[in-house]
Amino acid sequence: MGRAGQYAALLCYLVFLAFPLFWLVSSAFKSPQELGTVDPSWLPQHWSLDNFRDAFDQQPLARSALNSLIVACSAAGISVLIAVPAAYAMVRYRSPVSKAATGWILVSQMFPFVLVIIPLFLVLKNFQLINSLFGLILVYVVWNLPFALWMLQGYVRAVPASLEEAAAIDGCSRFRTLVSVVFPLLTPGLVATLMFSFVTAWNEFFFALVLLKSPEKQTMSVILTHFLGDEGAADLGPLAAAAFLATLPSLLFFALLQRRLVSGMVSGAVKG
Amino acid sequence: MTVADPAPPPASGPGTRTPGHRGSPPPRSVRERRTAFGLDRDAWFLLLPALLPILILSVGPLLYGLSLAFTDAQAGRTDPTQWIGFDNFADLRHDTLFWDSFRIGLVWAVSVTAIQFVLALGLALLLNQNLRFRWLARTLALVPWAMPEVVIGIMWRLVYHQDAGILNATLRDLHLITENVNWLSSLSLALPAVIAVGVWAGMPQTTVVLLAGLQNVPHELHEAAALDGAGLWRRFRAVTWPALKPIVLSITALNFIWNFNSFGLVYVLTQGGPGGETRLPMLFAYEEAFRYGQFGYAAAMGMVMIAVIAVLLTIFLRNRLKEADQ
Repeated sequence: MGRAGQYAALLCYLVFLAFPLFWLVSSAFKSPQELGTVDPSWLPQHWSLDNFRDAFDQQPLARSALNSLIVACSAAGISVLIAVPAAYAMVRYRSPVSKAATGWILVSQMFPFVLVIIPLFLVLKNFQLINSLFGLILVYVVWNLPFALWMLQGYVRAVPASLEEAAAIDGCSRFRTLVSVVFPLLTPGLVATLMFSFVTAWNEFFFALVLLKSPEKQTMSVILTHFLGDEGAADLGPLAAAAFLATLPSLLFFALLQRRLVSGMVSGAVKG
Repeated sequence: MTVADPAPPPASGPGTRTPGHRGSPPPRSVRERRTAFGLDRDAWFLLLPALLPILILSVGPLLYGLSLAFTDAQAGRTDPTQWIGFDNFADLRHDTLFWDSFRIGLVWAVSVTAIQFVLALGLALLLNQNLRFRWLARTLALVPWAMPEVVIGIMWRLVYHQDAGILNATLRDLHLITENVNWLSSLSLALPAVIAVGVWAGMPQTTVVLLAGLQNVPHELHEAAALDGAGLWRRFRAVTWPALKPIVLSITALNFIWNFNSFGLVYVLTQGGPGGETRLPMLFAYEEAFRYGQFGYAAAMGMVMIAVIAVLLTIFLRNRLKEADQ
């Protein structure tokens, strides 16, 4: 394949990728009248924010964004906080436990979630944690943990053991070593894992759909489905506007962190 | 499931703790000093905050979920749940709707995984070349990954929309169709239409992983092969593919499983319609559990799904754990 062919292929790919994205943004900024016409134009004739206003009027969008933010931040924070020491221990102490945990990380990717959500639903119900953001945070923490552990292990491996041995020789306790030697070196990995967990929790839909019942408790991904209405009779403008808004935080984090995310994702799949 | 119960019994306190912590002579290596399960107290202290939640909120529920499959558990019933042995599975055997969804799930998972892989491999090979604007493609390639699946579903509903959708408008401009197609409501087109969305949504991750794999392919080997007069295809077969194979195996197995278990995308696109043509097994089980309250029955469905996946998982894990062990 010549150069020209390669560029043509690249172009095709970019079109395939950008086509729906472009349409989402364009639809979000069209006026309601324009969306009603049968012959749609590529770009809005008059850029309008009406859809955004309507979206906030129709559904508790602001409330749901706040819920999503609370849930995603807490889940990310807590999972990283407990994953860092564990990832460290898994790398530094080769043992059956580390192996079992690694196996579990893989296995946990495989469940049909329905098998887990039914018992979780029953358990959380017993503790009055259905329709509670706290309950959802708990679930997200546990479901983020395997991947967080996985990503962080890669970063821990990159910290030379000799540094720690030197600290030990200087009389540092294991805990002290962890806090003042290992942690600072892990910062990039920590940030990456944090953002990854945030994005996962922000985007998650299934658990949120099952566990959150009342609209004022629901997260953004669940609220978005309310815009669809019954039998697909959706009000397209507000639907597009709300969907556009819901991607912004993930996209922002993603833009900040693109490089690291890639290496994190890859380390999971490539290095093992 | 080969490694379904990797959980050790909760630490009963490593009783045989070796002396030597703070202030004692430093160990020769950080890795020595072992007790219970080869771990000393420090290690348990570090591990437990992560292991306990995993045990309580994911290993536990999974086992509970497996046991629910043998009961007549239902939502909101007051009399105690009965143990009914294999009755759910017996019912499931005759549930043609479930097997329809199972078949649809397999078609969906195989098509999405295969198409995704072929496109992603082509793209990864392309992005591995020295092209201008490659950074742009690489960056954009990950955007679908960062989007919530609900948004992806909504976005494609806007594209597929019969009257206001851009797809019909474009096809009409190109004179490929004369009448607007109702993509998501057509019995024959709905499944291909959602498969296309599945491919779109999952391709980036596969591409990135394959791209990373390609960068591990030794460059000298390529050059040597080229000097020996090997053509593009020969070089791919002899050099690139062998180096890529382990990654291909794992990413394909994972993709298949994720796709088979997927829910949100199709839930938003079609809710399983029209006429159940896109009702994936997870959608079916979800409805059974949370619309009709049949917890036991839905758990049995989950178990059948996991049985199929387990076969693939064993093959997959055997390779992966070997690598991880090195």
